[in-house]
Amino acid sequence: MAKYVLKRVLMALITLLVVICLTFFLMNAVPGNPWLSEKTPTEATIDALNAKYGLDKPLIVQLGKYLENLIHLDFGNSIKMQKDRPVLEIILTMFPISASIGAIAILWAILVGVPLGCLAAYRRGTWVDSLLRVICTVGISMPGFVIATMLLHVFTGGIEGIKFFPALFKGTPESYVLPCLALGFYPMCYLSRQTRTAMLDAINQEYIKTARAKGLRNGKIIFKHALRNALIPVITYLGPQIAFTLCGGFVVETVFTIPGLGRYFVSSISNRDYPLIMGTTIFLAAFIIAMNLIVDLLYKLVDPRINLGKGGH
Amino acid sequence: MKKTKLLSLLLSAALVVGLLAGCGNGTQSSGETPDAQNSQAQETSGGNETVANEITVNVASEPQTIDPALNSAVDGAIMLSHMFEGLMRWVDSGVETPGSDGTCNNAALDYGQAESYDKVTNDDGTVTYTFHLRDGIKWSDGQDVTAGDFVFSWQRLVTPETAADYNYMIDCVVNANEIMAGEKDPSELGVSAPDDKTFVVTITSDLPYFTEICAFPATFPVREDIVSNDQWTYSPDTYISNGAYKMTSRVTNSEIVMEPNEYYYGVDTLGPSKITFKLMDDANAMLSGFNSGELDFIEQMPTDEVAGLLASGDLKIVDYIGTYYVCYQTQKAPFDDARVRKAFTLAIDRTYIVEQITQTGQVEAGGFVPAGVYDAEGATGDDFRTVGGDYYKPTDADYEANCEEARALLAEAGYPNGEGFPVVTYLYNTDDSHKAVGEALQNMWQTVLGVTVQLDNQEWATFLQTRKDGDYSIARNGWIADYNDPMSFLDMWLTGGGNNDAQYANPEYDAKIQAAKASADPAERMQLMHDAEDIIMGQDYALCPLYFYTQKYMLADNVSGMYYTPLGYFLFDHCTKG
Repeated sequence: MAKYVLKRVLMALITLLVVICLTFFLMNAVPGNPWLSEKTPTEATIDALNAKYGLDKPLIVQLGKYLENLIHLDFGNSIKMQKDRPVLEIILTMFPISASIGAIAILWAILVGVPLGCLAAYRRGTWVDSLLRVICTVGISMPGFVIATMLLHVFTGGIEGIKFFPALFKGTPESYVLPCLALGFYPMCYLSRQTRTAMLDAINQEYIKTARAKGLRNGKIIFKHALRNALIPVITYLGPQIAFTLCGGFVVETVFTIPGLGRYFVSSISNRDYPLIMGTTIFLAAFIIAMNLIVDLLYKLVDPRINLGKGGH
Repeated sequence: MKKTKLLSLLLSAALVVGLLAGCGNGTQSSGETPDAQNSQAQETSGGNETVANEITVNVASEPQTIDPALNSAVDGAIMLSHMFEGLMRWVDSGVETPGSDGTCNNAALDYGQAESYDKVTNDDGTVTYTFHLRDGIKWSDGQDVTAGDFVFSWQRLVTPETAADYNYMIDCVVNANEIMAGEKDPSELGVSAPDDKTFVVTITSDLPYFTEICAFPATFPVREDIVSNDQWTYSPDTYISNGAYKMTSRVTNSEIVMEPNEYYYGVDTLGPSKITFKLMDDANAMLSGFNSGELDFIEQMPTDEVAGLLASGDLKIVDYIGTYYVCYQTQKAPFDDARVRKAFTLAIDRTYIVEQITQTGQVEAGGFVPAGVYDAEGATGDDFRTVGGDYYKPTDADYEANCEEARALLAEAGYPNGEGFPVVTYLYNTDDSHKAVGEALQNMWQTVLGVTVQLDNQEWATFLQTRKDGDYSIARNGWIADYNDPMSFLDMWLTGGGNNDAQYANPEYDAKIQAAKASADPAERMQLMHDAEDIIMGQDYALCPLYFYTQKYMLADNVSGMYYTPLGYFLFDHCTKG
């Protein structure tokens, strides 16, 4: 077990290094640079800017320097979006806000999605199943900004007489409601569908028939025996999804004006803010790798038949 | 077996704790987000029964910087103009802004930190301005503002290491260009402070808009000990300013809050006891915030709402000095031929574009320098566009005649009815409104001239690079004035200029612009600039202006006292609410 974990951690570090190098060369391969605008500064100013931020050196030297700093946990400073502010500080300020909304969102998605999936599987073919299928298909196929904008419009005063929540994020409990609802809707629907499929597989297994034959209660069969087996694909999905959701959603954060990290994944690229692109990418990549590791180890808990030492399940 | 089970339990606990930690951290840090400040403010203003004169506005999203020297954006300039004050400043002129429907006045230039200045023309043609600073001007931490602070700030602006986008705003100062090019030391800049109350600046030749530059954010003073900390703009404790307001809170991507600077000489005359600039990205959210009463002022709203808001009178439209235009790659066939460029320029129905597509009161452009830019007479006389006249008839009344001429020109260039004309591409940055204009242009050029035009769009930074490199045939473009003078629109077309996207090169044009820059006589200077525009527009048709920009905004009914400069700066420091 310990050997397995050690091996995985080493693999994770190598994966991270590959991600860093790939991101670095890709972002530099994209046309454009951070200094362009409708009014481009003079040639001399651009040279000065490149010199100030070390962009005048060959790429390989820049990458070497970056990796060297990274060992000391120095992610560099933002060069455009928040000029001269350390990237690590930006991430550490923004992440808790995104994470708090993301955590609530994913929690409600699990607490509602998984039971709904079980219900749909248990009542398969009935109107309950059909209704849930319609809701979940809508949730999975509707773009996030439509849901977010709709919620914003309906509940913040867009309709006469209905103003339950503030339009601008204030950090108060009521400002959390709409963003969490919008952010958790997609994972909820996805989880519910995932659970239903896995559950149907499990229900048809021999051991469930045995349980039934023993005369166990339905609830106990579903939630204790079937669900445990059905959880494997759900956990697989949840690992990276938790990392994504906790890092915030671009759409939800812009629509609800939440000062979170999510927006930087997209806007750092359109701004060509190189250190910020690197910082956010490394952060998310490390997070996902860690979650995947936890998930792999968790399989063991759910299904003792899985032998980690011998190369997974 | 037991051991592994225990470990797995621990791991799953880690997963759950991770989630909960997210919650925990969040609530903790959200306590430090705007909410905390709000409740604090409520506490301090508690007991006061009347409506607090506090206004909340939105002009844009998180600014890239609020360092006066480094800022290059209009939204940053608006915030800076509230917190800093230059030698000169904008004040309410008392004259209503046309189109504002009584909600906004024009701004006029007045003395700021300086109470007067003397101007002397030297023997070598240079001009020396001596500014006498006001008594009792102080930084928001109580220290005196000195002439030395201005010397430091102006030198800092042109120092190459500062890498300020807007360093060229003071390129008129003696030695500024040499310093920016790294040939001279910043200490050689033509500025000095003989004593704490006197700031002397020498410029190479007199400029009618020099005092306006002294009210431009890049020239605002900053203090050496403050800006030596490169994180100074991120905390109210280190963000020391000399203007009417001081920053009291800054939450990234959320808000910048300012309150009156008690050390400001005019603090008693100020309006709001608190101005909050909300930093937002989403137009739907801005409109929702305005409708729900959480915002008193917005500039952006969803495009499809504009027509309705305009009809209801809630949306106001005022002048904005800028031109939306199309530029041709003048070095590459087929647009290296002025006849082809003129044909394309004439074949456009500008009235259709402003009335059917942009729909917010834009004016059809018949020249490159937009309406509202001063001519020799300044604010009182006719503007540059009126004096210069149109280079073609821009409205639909003459559209048929224009089309006839366009077809004739294209035939003369060797492409009768568009035969033999290569397929060309119109390039724009990915955006629905630019796309709509592009589609209209495509349609007009194809129907009128019989040519085939393809549309291509690119993501913003890629687009800028492509356009700058001249790697296009026809491209969308736009320019907003930095200062109210035609030069702001004309010197960019000098051969080899950094913003010369058209790759335009004409020695005759360069000569006129250089002569205008060297001229001390305002009338002669204006004439030279008219001559230059005659060359680039009337003779070479290097640019194809479509319309002159307008600025739209919505202001809450109970707010009054706002004023505006046509450079796009809204000022709220004398607003009253209620």
